[in-house]
Amino acid sequence: MATHTVEPVIDRWGGGACPFAAGWRKVMMWAFIVTDGLLFAGFLASYGYARLMAERWPPQQEVFSISYLAVMTFVLISSSATMASAVVAAGASDRRATTRFVLLTILGGVAFLGMQAYEWAHLIGEGATLTHNPWGDPSFGSYFFLLTGFHGSHVLTGLIVLCVTAWHSAGGRSSANGVEIAGLYWHFVDLVWVFIFTLFYLV
Amino acid sequence: MSHSDSFIRKYIFSTDHKIIGIQYILTGLAMALVGGTLAGLIRLQLGWPGLQWPLLGKLMPVGMPSGVMTPEFYMALVTMHGTIMVFFFMSFVLVSGFGNYVVPLQIGARDMAFPLLNMLSYWIGLLGAIVILLSFFVQGGAAAAGWTAYPPLSAVASAMPGSALGQTLWLLAMALFIASFTMSGLNIVATVLSLRAPGMSMMRMPLTVWSYFISAIMGLLAFPPLTAAAIMLLFDRHFDTSFFLPSGLIVAGKLLPNHGGSPLLWQHLFWFLGHPEVYVLILPALGIALDMLPVFSRKPVFGYRLSVYCLMIVAVLSMIVWGHHMFVSGMSPFSGEYFSISTMLITVPMTIIGVNMLGSLWGARITLATPMLFALGIIALFGVGGFGGLFLGNATADMQLHDTYFVVGHFHLMIGGVTLLGTFAGIYYWFPKMFGRQMSEALGKAHFWLTFLPFFTVFFMQHFVGLQGAPRRYYAFTTYEYLNRTHGQNVVISLVAFLLMAGQLVFALNFIWSLVAGRASERNPWHATTLEWETSSPPPHGNFVEIPTVHRWAYEYSVAGEALDYTPQTVPARQVAVTA
Repeated sequence: MATHTVEPVIDRWGGGACPFAAGWRKVMMWAFIVTDGLLFAGFLASYGYARLMAERWPPQQEVFSISYLAVMTFVLISSSATMASAVVAAGASDRRATTRFVLLTILGGVAFLGMQAYEWAHLIGEGATLTHNPWGDPSFGSYFFLLTGFHGSHVLTGLIVLCVTAWHSAGGRSSANGVEIAGLYWHFVDLVWVFIFTLFYLV
Repeated sequence: MSHSDSFIRKYIFSTDHKIIGIQYILTGLAMALVGGTLAGLIRLQLGWPGLQWPLLGKLMPVGMPSGVMTPEFYMALVTMHGTIMVFFFMSFVLVSGFGNYVVPLQIGARDMAFPLLNMLSYWIGLLGAIVILLSFFVQGGAAAAGWTAYPPLSAVASAMPGSALGQTLWLLAMALFIASFTMSGLNIVATVLSLRAPGMSMMRMPLTVWSYFISAIMGLLAFPPLTAAAIMLLFDRHFDTSFFLPSGLIVAGKLLPNHGGSPLLWQHLFWFLGHPEVYVLILPALGIALDMLPVFSRKPVFGYRLSVYCLMIVAVLSMIVWGHHMFVSGMSPFSGEYFSISTMLITVPMTIIGVNMLGSLWGARITLATPMLFALGIIALFGVGGFGGLFLGNATADMQLHDTYFVVGHFHLMIGGVTLLGTFAGIYYWFPKMFGRQMSEALGKAHFWLTFLPFFTVFFMQHFVGLQGAPRRYYAFTTYEYLNRTHGQNVVISLVAFLLMAGQLVFALNFIWSLVAGRASERNPWHATTLEWETSSPPPHGNFVEIPTVHRWAYEYSVAGEALDYTPQTVPARQVAVTA
């Protein structure tokens, strides 16, 4: 093949490079986040549908301890802050700070999951199951376990990703890009919780 | 780029997008054989209900005891035919198969963005295909609630034989398919955005790449709500929840304990996927047709930018029209009106795409090679099928036509026919690139006529069977007197359908014969401009010796004053003027 002189790239969409000044990994993670977000949108829309149909939806402030949930939410949001710090540290090639902040994030995630498990145990103790609950419409229990369960499974996945990231970072094998992508997923998981917290517990 | 890979690494567990694409295509074609056989059994029953087929009775003692098909088996056939054809044939061959093979080549990339994920996507998809096939052999047989899996049939295990283990395996197979399709879609989106060759701006991409890019985005947006619904259905089936099961439901004389759910919720979630899904399938077929017309008419595609924008508009609109599948579900007339109007809106960009296809032919010297015949067939089916869609998208007319054979005829012309012809067009067109050999033109043309004419006859006639009020999924028309007059038509449809199936033997013969003994193909047998023809046939691992630089769009045909009537995308502007 004859060698061609490469035309100067006029715009970012002109080919030869990713238009977002980011590698394909980040593009793929963003696309995945949109997809995964729509999974929760499906669950939340179904929950909205069921709640509109329900004759009497249980009063959340009597079922849940909103202050306990506020603490849970605060813990999770704080872990997003530490994650952001980890990304900044990784960008500055500060390996020790990166590892430290990722570990702090993991700590926040584990605390959140623990509090979630305690809440589940508490409600199950009061007689809530997937099919029945003492407060009214049975679908209340179904959607509670479905939504928090699937969010919890995502937190768990995020924790596994973060553990790998921390391990790589401690061993000097992590890239700023890799930490940032793990961070994207973690922020997404937190954002989903904000929606669940607002739509299921508060509204 | 090593060529010393072992056979298994190179052809079985390969991360090369070309091998994965071919794996998808071959798997999908094998699944089509199964789906086609199911269609044959369906036509046997509809043409001659109650007739004894002793040999089939011996082969399928449960489904056809003493040679007569049971209604339960018929329902399983209808369900599995739809599921296999939509998800494991069309999605495999047209979307994942050609998407994998063609997209990286046409944008000048060495491979997909994430080859390992690509390989994983194929193997998980294959696992889904195996699970769906195995479900025929479990207690109760395969799923029988329709390809739409509406509850309560799909949610209550005791509702009918297929609602038992068969339905669970159906859900499992769908979960595997969705996982595989999502991975594939993520790869296509990341690849098209990030890995285009220098100079390959978005507006220089062939329409094939555009259609795959848009269809991948749609797949990523539409499948997750179905995943959510499938998870909830699994909970209903196995953990006694009532997401989709209403209060007071009586099945087989027994009151179910469920409370408070709604089967309509499933319909909403399913069609939120289901409607975009048909566009996920049909857009690549349209993209392929739009790209084939210029090659065989030796002039630029008509209205390139308009086609791109229309593909985008169709994608957006397709996400907000799902309710037109539910006009008879008791929805509010205001919702019905909204869904009618938004559905009618889709016909505008779709018609523009159709007119652009016709415009591409205007005043051209047309070569009727086999891929071109199939591309022209797409225009015909797209036009006629789309016209039927006008009736169905209108709530007032749909009240009459809903769930009749009019619907069956319509969607077979569109996502059955347009995609089938697109698949064949793609196979005949890219076969030389894939295997370095030409397929037989004579057999190819025979195959086209033996596909197009019977296909059109079968499904055009079904529109009229539907207009006479024949409901779909009914086991036999003999049960109702007013349907008896469709007997003659059903016999004709069945006979023509068998002709259609026999015609596919010509394709099988051509495919296998050409693979072994086809004429060796040159690098660019169709004298096309796109990048895949700039490398050898078949291309090496890594596709290009040197990543090409793109200097023009993909439709530089018959530039005035040039000796060649085509200018590949890699030819610099100082050699041949750039026209667009």
